[in-house]
Amino acid sequence: MNVFKTVLFVWMTAVIVLALGLPMVAQPSTWYQFPIIPALEEKARIMFFHVPMAWLSVVAFVSSMVYGIKYLRKKNLDDDVRSASAAGLGFLFCFLATATGAIWAKFSWGTYWNWDPRQTSIFVLLLIYGAYFALRSAIEVEEKRASLAAVYSIIAAVTMPFFMFIMPRILSSLHPEPILNTEGKVHMNTTMLIVFLSSLAGFTGLYFWMWRLQVRIQTSHLNRIN
Amino acid sequence: MRKPEAAWQQWLRSSISIFRKDWHSELRTRYAISALVMFVVTTISIMVFALGSESAPVDVLSGMLWVVIFFAAMSGLSRTFVAEEERGTAMTLQLLTSPSAIYFGKLFFNLVLMIGVNTFTVLLYAIFLNGFIVKTSSIFIITIALGSIGLAASSTIIAAIIAKANTKGTLYPVLSFPILLPLLLTCINATRLATEGAFLNEATGEFQFLVSYIVVVVTASSVLFEYIWKD
Repeated sequence: MNVFKTVLFVWMTAVIVLALGLPMVAQPSTWYQFPIIPALEEKARIMFFHVPMAWLSVVAFVSSMVYGIKYLRKKNLDDDVRSASAAGLGFLFCFLATATGAIWAKFSWGTYWNWDPRQTSIFVLLLIYGAYFALRSAIEVEEKRASLAAVYSIIAAVTMPFFMFIMPRILSSLHPEPILNTEGKVHMNTTMLIVFLSSLAGFTGLYFWMWRLQVRIQTSHLNRIN
Repeated sequence: MRKPEAAWQQWLRSSISIFRKDWHSELRTRYAISALVMFVVTTISIMVFALGSESAPVDVLSGMLWVVIFFAAMSGLSRTFVAEEERGTAMTLQLLTSPSAIYFGKLFFNLVLMIGVNTFTVLLYAIFLNGFIVKTSSIFIITIALGSIGLAASSTIIAAIIAKANTKGTLYPVLSFPILLPLLLTCINATRLATEGAFLNEATGEFQFLVSYIVVVVTASSVLFEYIWKD
């Protein structure tokens, strides 16, 4: 575990230094230069942090749901602890993604919040997390709490795709899509892509480490109560 | 000698009896009906008083229609399950029949309630809010029908969840809103199309969306209901 922690620390430090430190030029000539993405410019650096947050809030939601399903099948309270801890971290990352996105929007769009489809869908994800915790806190019996929370997260998960489908029909988005855009074109050069993917991998590692810690803390609480 | 019933016949018979049981107890107390009707009357009169002699744009009115419908559903539809817990009859029901028969019986009851209330809401809306003019009534009628089914489908499963929680009243809209938001947005959009006088085929996308939403929610609920219902 200590090796993992050290590697993760070095990895994340490197990602942060490279993401913030490498210069941005119009025509990158050497490996250590980022290209300037039109309309984003220096503000593009946020994607090294903002995109992993948004990615993790979805990863956490899915892992919470998967362990919820596992709980419903096996009725093992450890799975519920895993599910709830994942949801807790998901809420944290979802909040961070919303906050970083809003700050970026202030400088790019001129306002913190304008109900862009991406903002609306992350707002709904926040609402689902909030409702999930409100539900958990309203039930005292552990087994009941575990199964009802699992059912709720599954119901929320099956209706989420509809949201992704309906939003673009109502509003058009101004959200930049440097990787997943309709033209399928990558606006990044290799260096930028490597730093971006390393950041994604590093944050995912960080998430799994935090999740493990959280599960251990919650399990020891559970054992002390029983 | 009578032929023994097939499993599905038995299932159908039990869900119909669940529906009839709820229907009779509703007619006796008129709890949900009076709550829903009074809610709709109060909300629409507040809207009329707030507007005064002004007339709101039709876009706003079609949005407000779904706000009224959403909160009306939130004030009455949780009753079916909460009443079972309060009376302590949930356990008896559990012994008598299968969870899916109970789910579909309750769903059908909520559906009838929802369609009745929505018809009433639309009538009041048409009488008191003169600015609300529907140009394509076919789109409007289908939207109200599909919207009622979708609302009943989602709120039935959420009602089953909150009946087991401690804070029943406040939690219901909180849990339902994220689940219902895609449905509400689509219904508002389709209602706007109806007031703009769009052709029926322009709303096909919205209808397909509503139908698939209903199918997904009902399927997921019928699978998951067992886990909520069984202690």
